[in-house]
Formats: sequence, structure tokens, C-alpha cells
Amino acid sequence: MNPPIVASAPDWAALRADFPILDQTVHGRPLVYLDNGATTQKPRAVIEALVRYYERDNANVHRGVHELSYRATTAYEAARARAARFIHAGAPEEIIFTRGTTEGLNLIAYSFTSRLKPGDAILVTEMEHHSNLVPWQLLAERTGAKLLFVPITGDDGLLDLSHLDELLARNVKLFAFPQISNSLGTINPVAELCTRARRHGVVTVVDAAQSAGHLPIDVTALDCDFLAFSGHKMAGPTGIGVLYGRQALLETMAPFQGGGEMIASVQFDHSTWNKVPHKFEAGTPDIAGAVGLHAAMDYLDAIGRPAIAEHDGHLARDAYARLASVPGIRLFGPPGERGGLVSFSLAGAHPHDVVTFADQEGIALRGGHHCTQPLWRKLGVTATTRASFYLYNTAAEVDFLIEVIGRAARFFGG
Amino acid sequence: MDLTELYQSVILENNRRPRNFRKLPTANRIASGNNPVCGDEITVYVQVEGDRIADISFQGAGCAISQASASVMTQRLKGRTLAEAEALFGRFKEIVTEGKPDEEDLDLSAFAGVHQFPARIKCATLGWHAAINAVHGESVTATTE
Ligand SMILES: Cc1ncc(COP(=O)(O)O)c(C=O)c1O
Ligand SMILES: [Zn+2]
Repeated sequence: MNPPIVASAPDWAALRADFPILDQTVHGRPLVYLDNGATTQKPRAVIEALVRYYERDNANVHRGVHELSYRATTAYEAARARAARFIHAGAPEEIIFTRGTTEGLNLIAYSFTSRLKPGDAILVTEMEHHSNLVPWQLLAERTGAKLLFVPITGDDGLLDLSHLDELLARNVKLFAFPQISNSLGTINPVAELCTRARRHGVVTVVDAAQSAGHLPIDVTALDCDFLAFSGHKMAGPTGIGVLYGRQALLETMAPFQGGGEMIASVQFDHSTWNKVPHKFEAGTPDIAGAVGLHAAMDYLDAIGRPAIAEHDGHLARDAYARLASVPGIRLFGPPGERGGLVSFSLAGAHPHDVVTFADQEGIALRGGHHCTQPLWRKLGVTATTRASFYLYNTAAEVDFLIEVIGRAARFFGG
Repeated sequence: MDLTELYQSVILENNRRPRNFRKLPTANRIASGNNPVCGDEITVYVQVEGDRIADISFQGAGCAISQASASVMTQRLKGRTLAEAEALFGRFKEIVTEGKPDEEDLDLSAFAGVHQFPARIKCATLGWHAAINAVHGESVTATTE
């Protein structure tokens, strides 16, 4: 069952009713789920797609000639084609299914081992999630390449691009950066970064974990070489993700893991690789996950990602503007346009106490380093509190958040 | 539950104005602990004389539970023998894991609400672990920089 096609302004209240989990109380209060940056909730359409797959079509893919195997394979490959359309990839062969963003980034880093040598460099930014930093640290260790960083400007969390060309000219082979920062909410100028990297012959890697379920993405227009995202952060199931790779590049790359599915022929002492993308998908994949992700992509595009971006971006800008009047607050990320999240610290109230306080009111927030420890160290904080929004959040929930954060500030700061 | 059960006034007050929050120039034992989940960090400075804790202080950063617990701890441990310190830690662990208050020790009992928040028990015991590690550890000379 597809959700209704929404022509003009979506009926957000009706869409909220598509998410069964939201209809519950936590500690006696209605659940206000504001931890969407960690993972989003799933609409009934996705849950039903998973159930339908397991109740009717489940079999292994690409192996059997029986009816169910044919159906499972068809569903799995249809999800791949849908993912290609979702990000405007040139062909389904450019879509590799992974466990998530982290695995996609590790796949690239692993496969690039033979391409880097001492003296080469990998460029990342100071706002990286550990997932888009540690794989490059490991690659640097394996190859003797070094890591370079695009700095951020300060609490407003913008990339300082004034020396980007000098950085790119320092033997950089790969440039990895997030489309939206999970800690700051910054929306980075992906197309500009890719264009400037290309002039230096540098391969680009876009971490789209926080953007794929929120913004329209067109990898052809962005002209990136790789782009990775996770199903679970965009209304889809956990355990499935997508790595987009430019086909010409994928063809020349070494495989990641070895096993079934990724081979063309196996001798006792060596093997030849299957075609792209199967070369990168060793073993039985998360078939049900791909089917669920397909349903999620349909669901999001029936609403329209521009409308979703406008909705959760507006909630975040509103929260940012109103939190500014809480005594002792320090807000992070750009004051203007931002992705659907807000991070802050409160004088006298540690994030874990703020999160416990909010949890007792039914509000799910995240407190901690959000997997960006080097970023916070640079800004001189160890932890922040983050509220992150999605299509089902409401203006009334933002009102309640502001009230509860104000109360927490008084309670602890007193 | 009511939040004031977890964050009793003793806890809020000790978090806002932690007692014995300083380096101890006379310390001969020092130990640190951290709680990776929360990011809480505590260093405990102890001056051991014979089998007695002559003086004790701490420094750190983290959530209210961790900082207040360390603050209360320094007040309870000063002047105690090492055996008494261990026994007191045992009593405190019972309070925070089982929620049974100790009528005779209202300050420690303020942490009884923690038992309803299993993720926060480590916050409450962090300073104590550091203190016990310190008294059992190698003798050191504290630097005051
Ligand atoms: C910006 C960013 N990159 C990467 C990841 C890792 O995603 P996953 O854990 O789904 O692999 C996250 C998730 O927290 C993220 O926010
Ligand atoms: Zn803590």
C-alpha cells in the first residue's frame, strides 16, 4: 500500500499517524521523539513491507531458480534500481548495498589501500562523525598517507574554505566530508566542494547519513564520486545502507570482503570477481532491509523531500532562535539555514542530566559527544545536548522542548 | 518518578558548590577514573597517614550525579581508616543499586534514587572507585604545578 500522493502542502498531522511507535506515553507523558539524528522511526508502510516480504517472498537471492528465489531477487534488484532513482545515479550498477554509512565509508577506505602511498594525503573536515574519520585514519596508517583537515570557523560551525585550494594541492587523493553535520546541523556546499576537488583531480566522498532522508539528492548534479547513507536514518530499517560509486571508479577498485555472491569463478588458489556492484556485496545481503528501504524511499518521495527539508529545517531554526533566550545557553551551528537539528550546552547543567530531565517529561534527546569528539575538543566542550527533528515532529513539540529546557536550566543552574 | 527523587537537594547543592574540589598538595595517593558513556571524569587526591585518610580532595567534570557523589564522598571519608572507607563504599553501593536508604547517613542516602536509573549507577560510584583505587595504589608525590 503506497501512502497517498500529496500534491501541495503535506498534511503533517495525518503523516504523523503513519508512525505507530509515536502513539505511546513514556514515564506517563506523551512521547516526544527528538533523537532522529541517531535513528528515525518507521512508518507503517515500511513495517508492512518487511512483514509482507517475510510472509510471502523470502528466499536467498541470485542463487535459486525456484519461484521464491526469483521473487526475492527481483525485489532486491528493484530496491537497487529505486535507490539509483532516489539519488539520480546513472545506473543501478552504481548502487552497492551495505549495512549503513559506516560500512560504505570503510569499503572505500579499504579498497583504496593499494592506491595510496607515503606522501599522499586524505582531506577531511573538523566536523567529521567518527565514521568518516576513523576509516581514513586506518587507511593513512596502512599506506603512510597523511590526514589533512578543513577547519571550521567556530561555534557557528561553517567550513572555512579560504585555504581549500591550497589544501587540495597538497597531494590530496581523497576528500571526504558530510553533507549535513550531525553535531552542528551545518549544510555544506557539496556541489562547490566537489567542483573544486575535481579541478585538483581529487576523488570526493560525501557522507549523506544526515541528509539522505531530508534533502533531495542528485549525485549527477553534485558530481561526487562516492556518497554513503543509512536506511535507518531515513524511515527505513536498520542494517541496510547504500554506497553510491561512480561506475568507472568502481570497475577499477579492489573488492572489500570475499565470499559468495562477489565472485565470477573460484579455483582452489584464486578467483575472479563478479561484475559491479556484486563484486562489493559478499555473502547473503540484507534482502528484507533492501525491501524495507524501497518502501521508505517511496514513502519519502510521496511526501516530497523538499517539503520534508522545509518542515524539519523550520522546526530547527525556530528551536535555535528561541533557545537563545535560555540563560546560560551556548548554541552550536549556523544561525541561519541549517539541517533539522540543534546542539547546545547549558552552564551548570551537564548534557546527561538535561537528557534525564527531559526523558522524565517524555522527550527523547541525545546527550554526549555525538561521535564527533575532535570537533568538541576544538570548541572547548566535552558534550552537548542535541534535539533532532523529522517529518512527524510538530511546532507544539518545539514549544514543549523550549519550556522543558528552560526548566532544566533553572533546576540545575538554580 | 519525580525528578526531585533522583536529584535531591543534597545532590544539586553539592553539584553547584562541590566540597574539597581542589588539588591536595599533601596527597601521597592519586587516582583517576572516567565514565566513557557519560564522559564523566574524576581525579581523587588522598593523603594517607598510617591506615587513616588524613585528607582527601577531588577534581573533575561531568554530570551532577558524578560530581555531587565525589563531593559527598570526600566529606565522608576524611579521617576514616582504610577499612572504614571500604565498608562505607560497600554501604553506598547498596544504596545506589538497591535504593535502600541508610537512616543513619542522610547524605549518602540522597543517592538512593539513582537505583531507578541503572545507566547512572556508574556516575554515582565513579569517585568512590577512584578513591579506593588511590588508597590501594602506589604511593605518589602529588604535583601542584
Ligand atoms: C554524519 C554521520 N555520518 C555517519 C554516521 C554513521 O551512520 P551508521 O551508524 O548508520 O553507519 C552517522 C550516524 O550517526 C552520522 O550522523
Ligand atoms: Zn554521569
